[in-house]
Amino acid sequence: MFAKRLALAGAVSLAATAAYADGHATCSFENETEVTMLSAAFEAWVAVTDAMVACGNFEPELDQEFRTKQPEGFAANPSLYQLGGVSNGTITPLLNAGTIRPLDDLIEAYGENLTPNQLIQIDGQTMAVAMMVNTQHMMYRSDIFADLGLEIPTTWEDVLAAAAAIQEAGVVDYPLGATMASGWNLAQDFNNMFVGFGGTFVNDDNTPNVNSEAGLAALDMMMRMTEYMDPEFLVSDSTYVQQQFQQGRIAMANLWASRAAAMNNAEESQVVGLIATSAAPLAMEGGAPATTLWWDGIVVAANISDAEAENAFRLAMEGINPATVEAAPDAAIWLIPGYEPNDMSAGAIATATANPAPPSYPSTTQMGLMHTALGNELAAFFTGDVSAEEALAAVEASYTVAAQEAGLLE
Amino acid sequence: MKFKTFIWFVGPSLFLMLLFIAAPLVSVFLDSFRITQPVVQTVETETCSAGFLQQTCTTTINTVPVIDEETGRVVTTTEWVGWLSYERVLEPRRAWDAIRSFDYNGLMQIDFWAALRFTVMFTLVTLPLVIGVGLAIALAVNNAAKSLRGPIIFVSLLPFIITPVIGSLSIYWLFVGDGILTRGLEAWLDRDIAMFAQAWTIELLMLFYRVWHVAPFAFVIFYAGLQTVNQDTLESAIIDGASRWDRLRYVIIPHLMPLIVFIALIHLMDSYRVFDEIVGFRAQAYVISLQWLTFDFLAADDAGNRAFSRASASAMLTMIGIVILLIPLLRRTWRDHKGGSH
Repeated sequence: MFAKRLALAGAVSLAATAAYADGHATCSFENETEVTMLSAAFEAWVAVTDAMVACGNFEPELDQEFRTKQPEGFAANPSLYQLGGVSNGTITPLLNAGTIRPLDDLIEAYGENLTPNQLIQIDGQTMAVAMMVNTQHMMYRSDIFADLGLEIPTTWEDVLAAAAAIQEAGVVDYPLGATMASGWNLAQDFNNMFVGFGGTFVNDDNTPNVNSEAGLAALDMMMRMTEYMDPEFLVSDSTYVQQQFQQGRIAMANLWASRAAAMNNAEESQVVGLIATSAAPLAMEGGAPATTLWWDGIVVAANISDAEAENAFRLAMEGINPATVEAAPDAAIWLIPGYEPNDMSAGAIATATANPAPPSYPSTTQMGLMHTALGNELAAFFTGDVSAEEALAAVEASYTVAAQEAGLLE
Repeated sequence: MKFKTFIWFVGPSLFLMLLFIAAPLVSVFLDSFRITQPVVQTVETETCSAGFLQQTCTTTINTVPVIDEETGRVVTTTEWVGWLSYERVLEPRRAWDAIRSFDYNGLMQIDFWAALRFTVMFTLVTLPLVIGVGLAIALAVNNAAKSLRGPIIFVSLLPFIITPVIGSLSIYWLFVGDGILTRGLEAWLDRDIAMFAQAWTIELLMLFYRVWHVAPFAFVIFYAGLQTVNQDTLESAIIDGASRWDRLRYVIIPHLMPLIVFIALIHLMDSYRVFDEIVGFRAQAYVISLQWLTFDFLAADDAGNRAFSRASASAMLTMIGIVILLIPLLRRTWRDHKGGSH
């Protein structure tokens, strides 16, 4: 009986896979040469690479550790990957090492579907083609907010007040979630709050500038947030927060827009239809939402032949054409023509169109060094080992050594 | 043996040891005294990036590496910097200030000293536990009925077979958030438990994991050793009225002593390089080890740079630490060896 049921389940899933493949088998371009690609692993990349797989001879590598693998992979000659998925943070090492090629000729030949907004240009040369925008913004349990009669928070003070009310009501384990895993995530949460308080990371002479009023205010606010969070927040990355939402354990979080679609995925979420989004809260009155704007897009390696690059670029265009948006309309806030914003994208749109608008995450060497220094040193503040001033001083010291070794400072 | 024959025997292994151990060691040693950095230039760049509705362009002063037109690689310069990288890793002045003012917390804010504290503690605490637990299992198996020995040996060896990083990940998943064991503990103790929210619980799990993982190795060695204990001596000890404990203390342990030293040597070398637990438990916010520190220096930062020089310095310091730990044991082995040759 059990074996029979198992066989039946297998048959059903096979049929489902076949149907799924059918849905994507719309590639108009027969790919003849081997193409590989390394990118992040969130839903939008799954949608794009699925569409490209339909063209044949394509092997995507979706890996959340792509950040550390990409620079070496592209520096090899010939490059280990023809295509790469990057964001404005992860393009920096590739730009610095000169391992990605300008795309203007290829766009002229094959980029008829692209809009000007998708072209990422450095000094007039297009170095990447963006497919989506991403930002961290407010996601909250609309049912809990309605039940308790709470207003949607627009500032972080409001968020804390709402968190206190939810804590009081005791409807979830922890009112608040945040991507504060030590390292990259913690640093990014600090970045958001820091720009929200109007801070600038480095001075014009490349010296650090985080040990400032904005830096102290940001750390203070983040520490106050932790009172309403799972005490294990220093291991809580984006996936962890997404699962906290899906399992109904938290009521709100400032989370990536690219994670919104997963909330309504009935296979893994217990809160389908209950999550709403709104703009990222303000850190201070009259400021920009405390977040940064990101894009995700495709780059082509420099260390490959022109013919290979042309072929890979044509394949990439199949991945980010309107058919992909049609197949996965909710996977991201697409920049591709044919995208219709839905309910879940309301928060991201409100964030991006706020006045004053949040800044784009800067693709600079200084920011890369600063991000790493923040990720390494801030955890000590949240474990209670050092004061905010000491933590920010440690960040500046760590940045200074790294900048000296990178040749940015004497 | 003739010297020529001897050389023919050890020659190949000597050559490989020079190639794969001595040469890298020398290169790391040299690297710890020099810094290779990219040549940079300051340029004004206009960056246009995707906004939600339209492109936003910003002009910024950016410092970027110079790229060689011909080779397409970043131009670098290498400088001899003396002890600079060691100073950056050890921060001697800050450490000395902290020590002088009895500021333990201040000392622990320097990565190297925090890593050293944990690494030494981890090594010294797990050592007696591994030897004790290994010996206990070996004695238990040795006294078990013959028919049970096979299955017991098989089961006790299982932890040793598991790849360390996979083993530590399994422990992490059992305890993180509302992991199954945390749930169990919470139900049993009737309180909220977060195993990964403070350093001491993480360290406790790491100690437990390492002993669980390595004790089977000690067990196998001790079990083999137990088979060679002289039965006549044991029997005469029984006739002389020696209790079970006396027999263990005065007959078995002295007989196993060379094996205990051997396991201690291997374990000290292994556990001083503790690394998998830090990665598997994502513990770097609370606890780091020397090996992890070296890895962190080597890993590319978000600008694509690697701190090779500091990594080399930290690796050299780790090696020096292992040598210091091994000296007492090596001296003992050397003494025994000399004594035996009379």
